[in-house]
Amino acid sequence: MKTMRRNFLKIAAFAALGWGVRPASQLLASAGAEPSEGVLFASRHAVHAGPNSLKASRWAMVIDTTKLTEKIMEEVVHTCHSIHNVPEIPGKQNLKWIWEAHMDHLFLEDLHEFQPQAGAKSALALCNHCDNPPCVRVCPTKATFQREDGIVMMDFHRCIGCRYCMAGCPYGSRSFNFMDPRKHLGKTNPDFPTRTKGVVEKCEFCAERLAEGKMPACVEVSEGAMVFGDLSDPESEVRKLLAERFSIRRSPTLGTKPCVYYLV
Amino acid sequence: MYDKNKILVGLAVFVVFMTYPFWNNIGSAAYKRPELEKVKMAKECVEGVEFMRSEHMAMLNEWRDEVVRNGQHEYHSTATHRVHAKSLTKTCLKCHENKDKFCDKCHATVSVSPYCWDCHVDPKGEKK
Amino acid sequence: MLEKAISGTKVYWGWIAFLLLLMSVGAACYWQQLSHGLTITGMSRDVSWGFYIAQFTFLVGVAASAVMLVIPKYLHDYHKFAKILILGEFNAVAMVVLCLLFIVADLGSPQRLMNVLLHPTPNSILFWDMVVLNGYLLINILVGWVTLEAERKQIAPPKWIKFFIYLSIPWAVSIHTVTAFLYCGLPGRGYWLTAVLAARFLASAFAAGPAFLILVTYIAKIFTGFDPGKGVLSTLGKTVVYAMCVNLFLLLCEVFTVFYSQIPSHMAHLQYLFAGYHGHGVLVPWMWSSMIMAVIGILILLVPKNRERDNMLIIACLLIFIGAWIDKGLGMIGGGFVPNPLHEITEYVPTQLELGVSLGIYATGFLVLTILYKVAIGVKEEIE
Repeated sequence: MKTMRRNFLKIAAFAALGWGVRPASQLLASAGAEPSEGVLFASRHAVHAGPNSLKASRWAMVIDTTKLTEKIMEEVVHTCHSIHNVPEIPGKQNLKWIWEAHMDHLFLEDLHEFQPQAGAKSALALCNHCDNPPCVRVCPTKATFQREDGIVMMDFHRCIGCRYCMAGCPYGSRSFNFMDPRKHLGKTNPDFPTRTKGVVEKCEFCAERLAEGKMPACVEVSEGAMVFGDLSDPESEVRKLLAERFSIRRSPTLGTKPCVYYLV
Repeated sequence: MYDKNKILVGLAVFVVFMTYPFWNNIGSAAYKRPELEKVKMAKECVEGVEFMRSEHMAMLNEWRDEVVRNGQHEYHSTATHRVHAKSLTKTCLKCHENKDKFCDKCHATVSVSPYCWDCHVDPKGEKK
Repeated sequence: MLEKAISGTKVYWGWIAFLLLLMSVGAACYWQQLSHGLTITGMSRDVSWGFYIAQFTFLVGVAASAVMLVIPKYLHDYHKFAKILILGEFNAVAMVVLCLLFIVADLGSPQRLMNVLLHPTPNSILFWDMVVLNGYLLINILVGWVTLEAERKQIAPPKWIKFFIYLSIPWAVSIHTVTAFLYCGLPGRGYWLTAVLAARFLASAFAAGPAFLILVTYIAKIFTGFDPGKGVLSTLGKTVVYAMCVNLFLLLCEVFTVFYSQIPSHMAHLQYLFAGYHGHGVLVPWMWSSMIMAVIGILILLVPKNRERDNMLIIACLLIFIGAWIDKGLGMIGGGFVPNPLHEITEYVPTQLELGVSLGIYATGFLVLTILYKVAIGVKEEIE
């Protein structure tokens, strides 16, 4: 009796293993919604742009710190946060996609203390949409992923809220929804979803506006202080600016290849 | 067998619990499809009614992954032969304006609570 | 063999009831977290990992300690460890269960936990952490159970178990190395970006783990009369003290590298931990206490006579365990995230609810440990 049961269990286990081969290989092969996601490793997602959308090989932003004023920066932050339903939470569990920061804090040891008096004292910080993003490298579910045009995206549906990406980002660009954001939203923009508690969020270079042929909202209200364009197009405004003026990026020695350039 | 009494009693309790939905509903009316608010603005939905009834969940999931992960916003409808944006907020909810009178009717009846509404803002329903 | 766990003294059942009480307190706190989100914790936008992840990091080390018994016994035929080997393996099971529970408790959207399996991502170290932790759990359950069952029947365990026993040795090293790799590959975190982090983790694991084993063996001795054998615990004490020496040495290496190179972004974290930074220094007394405890513990255990005396061994193990716990369970996370990438300071202190959830999780782990130990010791009593 005992031997029969043991044999049965052994055969059942092997059968289960055998039966599991096909489903397991199917699971690994699909590994997510689309084959473009990459079977296992995070690869860049193709962008299927519609007829109206703005297209680029590598999106980048140039911020002219000399043209930024308090008023412009406030307007930029307010616009971005209101159209994307980013809540206003007092205290340390706050969320911000773009914010004003002192030049010392943005560039740490890269800027010496004897800067020109007329130079900017503060500028805007946001996700740098790095070309070699550590946040994408560490995400265990590919909830944050990179598009072929360089934009580092968030899939709020897939994020498990492990916050590894927040630890990985060397710029502090990411925010976590510690609580239900809807409790701290003034006016909700009905055309953009809010998020729920328990997911990480950040600037997405207004991918939803790019799909409709519009520039990112911050760029539109920046009165020319922020320029957005295709880094691989030598005729683009961003390339022209970078060719004419001296520019720096945040912590470039870390190898992240950030694509937000600051004209100083 | 050992512990015959305990086993039989336990088995009886188990059977009673497992068949609860059946004997509890004896005498109640059969499932009636709830009345859904008719849409005034458009004549046709992006797909047919029967298709939507059975597939809207899967379709929305597919739309979600195609829009968010592939940037593929355009839906070529086989019913209207037009191109629509793959968006709950910008396409579906533009016609089915009232979540309470449309979406929630069936969902409440079959006791389903999709968490879409935690994020996707519905225009006229509850804004928690 | 589980039937050994459902018969016991009043003290045993009282302990189980106490653990269940703590677990319900933890569950109530966790319910708050599920309803309101992680806002109930002391974590912030700047310090995005806190007590939960710190506990997981520390406990992975304690789990890996089983290897410090397996290597002498199976690779070097040191049969004196044979009797307490099962305690080490079952301890590993309980500790890994704790790790997994702490990870789940830390997730913002735990209902989406399966996404890690549905969308496997080998370039993410968290994926590998999941693999190695669950693997180690399975290996230890398998090895512990099979060898205990064989011992009960007074026959040699089946030959194939040797494969899993040998596998558990590099696997134990891997669980802590992978956990260290979670931290030491992040470009923006100067406190963690050091090659020596994995080595430090292993050293403090091989100090804290056996120290914990020694302590619970004494507890088992008091409550059940279980005798590990002459000289076993004092030999294990050697592992504790030498591992802790290596841990301290590696820390001093860190201090040298950071302060001799004078790189501000690297110095800032150690300054915050041990001296305070720009007026913020909530962890300073903790870190120094941890250092003092570690040094005293080491000094005690270096003397062979002290290792033979139960009191001294217990005190020293307690000091070293708590010292290691503060270092990994508090200093690791606080030091890593403070100051933030913009050199701003947001301090972190766990909240009551956060500690409540942690207490419940610890109670769960101890429940697993108690049940498994009851089984193991029950079997050993049976065969005598």
